[in-house]
Amino acid sequence: MSDDAREAVGDYQYGFHDPENATIRFDKGLSEQVVRDISELKNEPEWMTELRVKAYHHFMEREMPDWGNCGQLNGIDFDNVTYFLRSSNATERNWDDVPEDIKNTFDRLGIPEAEQKWLGGVTAQYESEAVYHSIREDLEAQGVLFLDMDSGLREHPEIVKKYFGTVVPHSDNKFSALNTAVWSGGSFIYVPKGVHVEMPVQAYFRINAKNMGQFERTLIIADEGSSIHYVEGCTAPTYSTDSLHSAVVELIAMKDAKIRYSTIQNWSANVYNLVTKRGVAHEGATVEWVDGNIGSKLTMKYPAVLLKGEGAHAEIISVAYAGAGQHQDAGAKVHHLAPNTTSNILSKSISKNGGRSSYRGMLQVTPKAHGCRSKIVCDALLLDSESRSDTYPTMEVGNSTADLEHEASVSKVSGDQLFYLMSRGFTEEEAMGLIVNGFFEPFTRELPMEYAVELNKLLELEMEGSIG
Amino acid sequence: MGEEILRVENLHVSVEGTPILNGMNLVIHRGEIHVIMGRNGAGKSTLASVVMGHPAYEITQGSIHYMGTDLQEMDVFERARAGMFLSFQYPAVIPGVKVGTFLKKSVQAVRNEEVKGREFRKELNEAMASLEMQKSVTNRYVNDGFSGGEKKRLEILQMLLLKPHLALLDETDSGLDIDALRIVSRGINAIAPNAGCLIITHYQRLLDHVKPHFVHVMIDGAIVQSGGPELAHKLESEGYEWLDAPKEA
Ligand SMILES: Nc1ncnc2c1ncn2[C@@H]1O[C@H](COP(=O)(O)OP(=O)(O)OP(=O)(O)O)[C@@H](O)[C@H]1O
Ligand SMILES: [Mg+2]
Repeated sequence: MSDDAREAVGDYQYGFHDPENATIRFDKGLSEQVVRDISELKNEPEWMTELRVKAYHHFMEREMPDWGNCGQLNGIDFDNVTYFLRSSNATERNWDDVPEDIKNTFDRLGIPEAEQKWLGGVTAQYESEAVYHSIREDLEAQGVLFLDMDSGLREHPEIVKKYFGTVVPHSDNKFSALNTAVWSGGSFIYVPKGVHVEMPVQAYFRINAKNMGQFERTLIIADEGSSIHYVEGCTAPTYSTDSLHSAVVELIAMKDAKIRYSTIQNWSANVYNLVTKRGVAHEGATVEWVDGNIGSKLTMKYPAVLLKGEGAHAEIISVAYAGAGQHQDAGAKVHHLAPNTTSNILSKSISKNGGRSSYRGMLQVTPKAHGCRSKIVCDALLLDSESRSDTYPTMEVGNSTADLEHEASVSKVSGDQLFYLMSRGFTEEEAMGLIVNGFFEPFTRELPMEYAVELNKLLELEMEGSIG
Repeated sequence: MGEEILRVENLHVSVEGTPILNGMNLVIHRGEIHVIMGRNGAGKSTLASVVMGHPAYEITQGSIHYMGTDLQEMDVFERARAGMFLSFQYPAVIPGVKVGTFLKKSVQAVRNEEVKGREFRKELNEAMASLEMQKSVTNRYVNDGFSGGEKKRLEILQMLLLKPHLALLDETDSGLDIDALRIVSRGINAIAPNAGCLIITHYQRLLDHVKPHFVHVMIDGAIVQSGGPELAHKLESEGYEWLDAPKEA
């Protein structure tokens, strides 16, 4: 690694400056001492250390959820997880160790070799660093703060302290407690009043998501009348040696602000993906989640919006793809806490080769929230008869002025569709790929172009070699 | 006479054990337009589907040859890539897949080569113009919310782009208004001189625009009568009943 490169890479990391040998890895398992050590290593303020410790105890005492896929949840071995792993020497992991099928997928997605290695956690991709820096300069000129969470805490402790954990408290659930105790990485964004960030903020994270670790913590605050679109993740398979990913994302949209948060994640099949994502929308504000889940062993993720101010709006569009041995337990939660708030939920899932997708939704309208409107549409597509889909909608409606719509459908790929497409020269697999891409289109069209193209290619690859 | 494109010999076909085609014979050469007429349920669409390779139909006897090759072992997409085309009586809806994307991918698959975006767009624009189709159609989803006539026009557009050796047109004229009938006929006439054409129709009116060489009548899964264009006129005025009468010496 050249010195320039090391500087670039070292820059946004956590401030460890031991260029020769900076690998820090904790033993497996969790204790109060581990939590304190993480905090100390990061040189955190006292309040954060204490919050981590409090969260740790809550995590230890909190029962596992008794809903969802309990069998799989109880299979998590918390003692066998490394809670903190960091290395400033990015070549520590060997590209040769990355499984062949994942390398092939990179190739076929058309992701260049250098980027592949970076995504595989092997080496840095310097060009992207440059892109990142130029984007940052642009944003800085507008007064936007855009840092990784650790730097955010170091450089803007007063803002972080004011908002951290206010949307997703550590005691929200067992996994938010775990995240609060051991979080590392993630993003911190503050958009000042009236500033509209025109371009989706994405390049940096496309590359760096892989190094953000398993317990990333993201906090985005859009001040009054501002707007931002944040894009996270990547369609390339996330090769993770450890099996537990538990992130927390908090969004705060002040009066008349707008936040859109788009994610696509493609986890390898050994990963438990248990994420708490929640946003608050104040008066006239909008929070939008665009959320794509592919792969993993078990995903439990229900992006939520608290509509706190009058006239606030929530938009949640999600897709899930469950292949063999996978369970996507995903959905959306919207809480109408103020009058004249509106929400739109569109959830699409595909199950194949015995995969299972569940939609778990919660819609709440409080008694004083008059004149609310909500529309929920859930569509499931089953690609074969071994696969499964189910829905668990919950509605708590506290007044009679709400206008609610709920549609759900389960469909199968029809023989007529396949015959039609095959008569136009497509193999059965290509035909499936088209049908699947078409099914996800209402989601895909919401993504920035390059993500949309990659997602389509990925789904086409998923259809290959799997039709008997 | 052009080369032989399609040869159907003594074809017997069943669906889930029920026989539908009972000894079909038909030979089509390049440059020939054949018309099949017959009552609802006679087996016309079944013939077209079987020739194209629909997996639901079982051939219990007989054979189909395409340009000299026995089709038995060929998958549907291979037939398409070999130059066979079916314009569907009921084209399938493919939600979320844009017409433009679909057409380009289909052309690439059938031609087995990358087609350049700009060249393809030019080709597409010309074909669409000749069918008096609006460009915005390419941004709609395949057959999704299309009217009956719009679907048929899209089928013919595909035929123009794919330039098949064999065109099977199943009730392409049904549901077309008078102008559309003329426009679609123009599309068929553009392809017909260089292909074998099999047109399935209920109405003589298409044949005012597209001049067939042979007209066949199908009853109960077999051809019972063949002739020239005058046969279509006779059917139009007299119906099928005269053909039902048991043939006596
Ligand atoms: N997949 C199938 N399953 C069961 N029956 C079928 C199937 N396909 C065709 N049939 C039956 O075979 C017979 C012939 O059908 P076909 O669609 O070929 O008729 P057609 O001549 O095209 O009629 P139309 O003029 O109404 O289009 C009908 O009785 C039909 O119900
Ligand atoms: Mg028919």
